[in-house]
Amino acid sequence: MKKIFVLAIAIALVLSLAACSGGGGSDAPATEDATTTEETAADGAADTAADTAGEAIKVGIVNLPPEESGYRQANVEDMNDVFSSANGYDMKQTNTADNSEQIAAAEGYIRDGVDYLLISAANATGWDGVLTSAKEAGVKVFLFDRTIETDESNYQAALVSDMYAEGTTAVEWLLNQGLDEYNVILIRGQVGSAAELGRSEAVTKAEDAGDLKIVADGTGGDSWSSDEARKVVEAAITGGTKFNVIYAENDGMAQGAVAALDAAGISHGKDGDVVIMGFDFNRFALREVQAGNWNYDGQCNPRQASQIAEWIQAMESGGDAPTGTQYLDEVGLDTATITEDDITNKGINEDPGQIS
Amino acid sequence: MQDGIALEMKGISKSFPGVLALNNVDFTLRAGEVHALMGENGAGKSTLIKVLTGVYEKDAGQVSVGGKTVNFKSPQEAQAGGVGTVYQEITLCPNITVAENLFIGRARDPFVKWGDMNKRAHDILDSLGIPAVPRQQLSSCSLAVQQMIAIARAMDMESSILILDEPTSSLDEGEVRKLFALMNDLKGRGVGIIFVTHFIDQVYEVSDRITVLRGGELVGEYVASEMPQLELVSKMMGKDLDDIDKIKDMQVAREETGEYIYEARGLSSDAGVRPFDFHIRKGEVNGFTGLLGSGRSESIRAIFAADRVTGGTVKIKGKKLRIDKPIKAMKSGIGYLPEDRKADGIIADLSVRDNIILALQVMKGFFRPFSNAEAQAFAEEYIGALNIKTASSNTPIKSLSGGNQQKVILARWLLTHPDYLILDEPTRGIDIGTKVEIQKLVLKLASEGMSVTFISSEVEEMLRTCSRLIVMKDRRIVGELRGDELTQNHVMQTIAKGVSADA
Amino acid sequence: MLERRQVLIPLVVLAMLIVVNMVKGLDYFSVDIVNGALYGNIPNILFGASELVIISIGMTLVTSASGGQDISVGMSATIASAAFIQVLANIGNQSVLGVFVSFLACCAVGALLGLFNGTLVAVFRIQPMVATLILFTAGRSIAFLIDGKVSPNLRNPITAQLGGVIPGVPIQTPIILTALVICIVALVFKFTNLKLYTQSVGINEKAAKLNGIDPVKIKILAFVILGICCAIAGFISVCKNGRHDSVNLLKLIEMDAILAVAIGGNALSGGKFNMAGAIIGAFTIEILNRTLLRYGVSPDAIKAVKAIFIIFLMAASSPVVVNQFNKLKERVSRKFIQAPERTCGPNMEGQ
Repeated sequence: MKKIFVLAIAIALVLSLAACSGGGGSDAPATEDATTTEETAADGAADTAADTAGEAIKVGIVNLPPEESGYRQANVEDMNDVFSSANGYDMKQTNTADNSEQIAAAEGYIRDGVDYLLISAANATGWDGVLTSAKEAGVKVFLFDRTIETDESNYQAALVSDMYAEGTTAVEWLLNQGLDEYNVILIRGQVGSAAELGRSEAVTKAEDAGDLKIVADGTGGDSWSSDEARKVVEAAITGGTKFNVIYAENDGMAQGAVAALDAAGISHGKDGDVVIMGFDFNRFALREVQAGNWNYDGQCNPRQASQIAEWIQAMESGGDAPTGTQYLDEVGLDTATITEDDITNKGINEDPGQIS
Repeated sequence: MQDGIALEMKGISKSFPGVLALNNVDFTLRAGEVHALMGENGAGKSTLIKVLTGVYEKDAGQVSVGGKTVNFKSPQEAQAGGVGTVYQEITLCPNITVAENLFIGRARDPFVKWGDMNKRAHDILDSLGIPAVPRQQLSSCSLAVQQMIAIARAMDMESSILILDEPTSSLDEGEVRKLFALMNDLKGRGVGIIFVTHFIDQVYEVSDRITVLRGGELVGEYVASEMPQLELVSKMMGKDLDDIDKIKDMQVAREETGEYIYEARGLSSDAGVRPFDFHIRKGEVNGFTGLLGSGRSESIRAIFAADRVTGGTVKIKGKKLRIDKPIKAMKSGIGYLPEDRKADGIIADLSVRDNIILALQVMKGFFRPFSNAEAQAFAEEYIGALNIKTASSNTPIKSLSGGNQQKVILARWLLTHPDYLILDEPTRGIDIGTKVEIQKLVLKLASEGMSVTFISSEVEEMLRTCSRLIVMKDRRIVGELRGDELTQNHVMQTIAKGVSADA
Repeated sequence: MLERRQVLIPLVVLAMLIVVNMVKGLDYFSVDIVNGALYGNIPNILFGASELVIISIGMTLVTSASGGQDISVGMSATIASAAFIQVLANIGNQSVLGVFVSFLACCAVGALLGLFNGTLVAVFRIQPMVATLILFTAGRSIAFLIDGKVSPNLRNPITAQLGGVIPGVPIQTPIILTALVICIVALVFKFTNLKLYTQSVGINEKAAKLNGIDPVKIKILAFVILGICCAIAGFISVCKNGRHDSVNLLKLIEMDAILAVAIGGNALSGGKFNMAGAIIGAFTIEILNRTLLRYGVSPDAIKAVKAIFIIFLMAASSPVVVNQFNKLKERVSRKFIQAPERTCGPNMEGQ
């Protein structure tokens, strides 16, 4: 009797969780569709292939799950928007952080006879077999966001963000601010991630060149935690470190750093004592830049789909697509250059609205 | 081995913070003798053994083995020096083979030669007459055989001295016989055996000499055949043994007229007891007896709802009640001291105080804790009343001796002032002094109107205390004895009859 | 004696860390007034450790009762705080009452998650680490979905004060909230038998059952309490940050919480516990992290240095070292004190 009762509670809990997630997902149905498409891909792939042959361009997308980050959510949404049936595509996708699941999905798409395979790999290794069988089956492969450690001839092209370029754009902007000296607190993201490596290198190279000075060097360790960023800045403040720039490698960390300054009563932003720099173009961050609380935000563009679609269309009409690693155009915005349009179109994540 | 002296310990002292555990104790073991080391809990037996085997470092004194002064730093060193030890709890690995158990951790050669090992194991088992096969998994052997294998392991290290610490406490009568045969065999080969036990009968059966300790001091060394049992007991307890006899006087013939405190019909549990009827009257002491596995413990567990009750009706003082959880039994005035003190009784890491108040506290309720002062008062009252030997009420119960732990559990239930107290093996594994105390206490409680069910594997104890004995066989009640029928003979006959009735 | 030792080790470590910090600068304890609140190293530590302290309290109870650890605490906090933001957004009012109602909803979700984990552990007898692996794996995705697939922002003056400073109160609010939680736990221990029951179940489940305690209920209760602790921690975290980042909110806090329990002298196999030790342990970890930052240990080396310190700490509190230490102490004391204090030793014989 009691066991049944407890079991009922357990089931109710699971259901309520499911209900929550259903409700939360309603305003952004894209991913739900994605999951469904994946299921049909597994079940009736052969039929779909036969039905739609000759009409739509068949594309298989292997991506990371949207809940990985705001970046990924925007990325998945972008893929769904561009490779829609309205645009003439028959698209199937699998979103998982498990590399072996990704590989299995990719192999499935090749068997289903897709024309193009788009991959954002969880791990940079282990993909040679998939790429070889794609080549044998005549499937063109585009890598997006993340590269794979393999010979460039194994895929058509890779379209990625150049994290180092993002960093140098930001550092160049900084060095143009005409400060007397640049005492930088560097707040690294998850150590060893591509974003951390590229964005850090730009700063450390500038220090090597004597353009600026890194007075504190902290990290979120295994995370991009704003709490950790806050602690890095707090240690600098209470330790008496002199600084006038905070270079945080994502928006969340910049937010944590700013919270530390606010608590310590240190001014920041447009007319403040400390220059605040963040990355990723979260809309909340762009609003901070717009309001002058922060000085700069660097873009990390999650929208590769339209560029890849352009290349696909070119190849479909007999033309050529570029090969090797291609980089997305990415910009940086400061208090002077930011526009409402940037926030709407280039930003990611929830827009909290203008700061009054 | 000079003069046949295998081991000589002289002037051994050992103190722990605040306590002098051994004070200038001498002990001599001759080759080819079985030497019993006797004393109540806390007398210093274990400490002496642990000093000898290097578990403890002695403060003063000298130990010589085979005429050479030694100072072992660890049991491994002692083993290498010819002193093998077999503990009460079997310290072998149950999930590997007999042969592996014999040789594990001892090969000097890093590569195991399985063939050789099994052959050598076979020889050893054979020579000691142990009924086991080298490739057999240890857990498939009976407890006695496991105990013997532990001895074989100790002996194969070519020990001249063998310490057996309470080796018989978990063995049945037949198994004890086999063990004694093995001990006699080893004795014949010139091994000196130190035999630590609580069972006085066994001491007389195998021992040549007896050394008695009391309160950390040496009382004396005696030749077993020249030492009357009663005198030995009084030496251990330091007082005359009239007490034991007085118990018999206390047992007044109780008329079967009191009201029914507890009454059950068709009671059964998922522990496999067949539905049985049972009752107990106010002020009555009764007992369940039967061979091991007869279901006596399971039956009383069903009364307390310690196992899941599957059927039957229960009346408490004539009122019908459903008792399906221990807490309901407790609230109906039933207390239960479980058979396995360590596994079911003590909360090892908690203090004596917490262990004493636990049951009453749970009855009082989750949201109504006793204040520290109340708890302390309860603890002190019962530490005093039951003469519990503990450094303080804050001492973790696990650091008390077995007898004192048992008294704490007893105190726990007495504190709830039950109408009906079930005591399953309250005297197992504790010293004779405490055993007598507990039996006296049972009778005193009964005379004050408490009903008690008292179970002991020593039938003598039950005959002494119970006015009614329920005899069980194969998980069913086969008879009830009262009055003049309360003799060993009747018990055995009833069990035997039960067999024929069953067949 | 055991209890004293249990608190002694984390306290000694804490003292060592403070000394190390003072070597770097004697102004370690200096405190200023900023924005009307105390500001300095110590307030920063208390502020930064609040979530960890609160979760460690619940983790200690779960460890004691179940003999295992909940590795989904960070996820429970993330889900509960996501619920907080959604409820608050749906109420749509920025009153204290609105925040309070949302906070209660947050705690209710935390309790439900605890009930879920606790049921798996107590009723279905799944190992705690395995049982909580479910939420560990799915938790952040669930929170992401509750969030509506974004990182919602919390533009609310009341929560900003709860995560920062209430005007006129000289102490940052999360510090006060943490102190409140500790007080409530202390009161619960005083006015209920939670500690006795939990320890009894953890030390000897069978015996506890035979004394009328229901081990299933107690284990579930421990998980529910931990769930509520997680919810409070998640609530404090979103109030501090003003944004719900389901990916990074209290990331990896489960490891620090388990470590805090261990540093506090508690056996991870359950049983007897020492709540004060666990709380001190949580502060120790916070101070350790900040010490490494204060000394500017490079990000590449920070994990290694922390690991070395923890190995040292664990070794120092291991029974082997403690026994050696006691033997040494005994030897020394014997040299100076010749006569034994008392004859007769009733309790030294282990049975």
